[in-house]
Amino acid sequence: MERLLYLTRKAEFAASHYYHNPDLSPEENQRLFGKCNNPNGHGHNYVLEVTVKGEIDPRSGFVVDLKQLKEIMNREVLDAMDHRFLNKEVPEFSTRIPTTENLAITIWQRLRPKLSKARLHRVRVYENHDLFVDFYGEE
Amino acid sequence: MAFCWSGSFEDSNQAEQAICMKAYLNRRYRFSASHRLHSGQMSDAENRSTYGKCNNPHGHGHNYVLEVTFSGQVDENGMVCNLADLDDCVHRHVVTRFDLENLNMQEAFASSVPTTENLCTVIYDILKREFRLAHLEKVRLEETMMNSFEYRGS
Repeated sequence: MERLLYLTRKAEFAASHYYHNPDLSPEENQRLFGKCNNPNGHGHNYVLEVTVKGEIDPRSGFVVDLKQLKEIMNREVLDAMDHRFLNKEVPEFSTRIPTTENLAITIWQRLRPKLSKARLHRVRVYENHDLFVDFYGEE
Repeated sequence: MAFCWSGSFEDSNQAEQAICMKAYLNRRYRFSASHRLHSGQMSDAENRSTYGKCNNPHGHGHNYVLEVTFSGQVDENGMVCNLADLDDCVHRHVVTRFDLENLNMQEAFASSVPTTENLCTVIYDILKREFRLAHLEKVRLEETMMNSFEYRGS
């Protein structure tokens, strides 16, 4: 019988962003996004939680090599997003508004193809302690 | 309306696939309230043995943390729902109603004991009724740092 284990690794990154939908008028953008619509941006200390699942490898006792997971998270997420202006410096956000929802989806899409043995279970992104989004790859 | 990553962004000619994505939005709120756990269906002795300190006739209070989870397709604005609408609804129908109040005096607890379990289901029912812009997945209520309760509907 399969014994699935879930392993979560956290990381922090600081980034700035603003919300703007080019299909809407300036007034609509302002009404919808409020202060988040300021084009000069504002920032958050994001906390990322990546949860992978898998069976324990009988040789190593690991679900996943944490060092590898850390390297993948560093390369795909932190190097690309830490201390960046998401709208201008992360390619995905030239076509998506960098909301916490889209950040979770984007991080999932960056990590998913890089993980082989352990399967990605959940990406959780905290914009702050009181607001966080979960994405499980569901369509 | 389902979310499709398209529209008038600068390089939208890099036509992205129209894919609908379901995400879960979690939001935390705080309120403080007092209560006394006492059941009219039990004797005083039974109440004392069941509820212990929580049966103290003068009541006591907690700083509750309410965590709500809503799911939905991420829309063209990158949102499960507009946070301002959610905050407005939760503040109006839950936080204002219970903050700095005695739960035993609330109509919702006229015939039930204001345990955190019951409060959790009361808040779930309120939000299910009042907030229709996303799907309510669960209500989680922290009574203290050490204990919390979750309700996902019946």
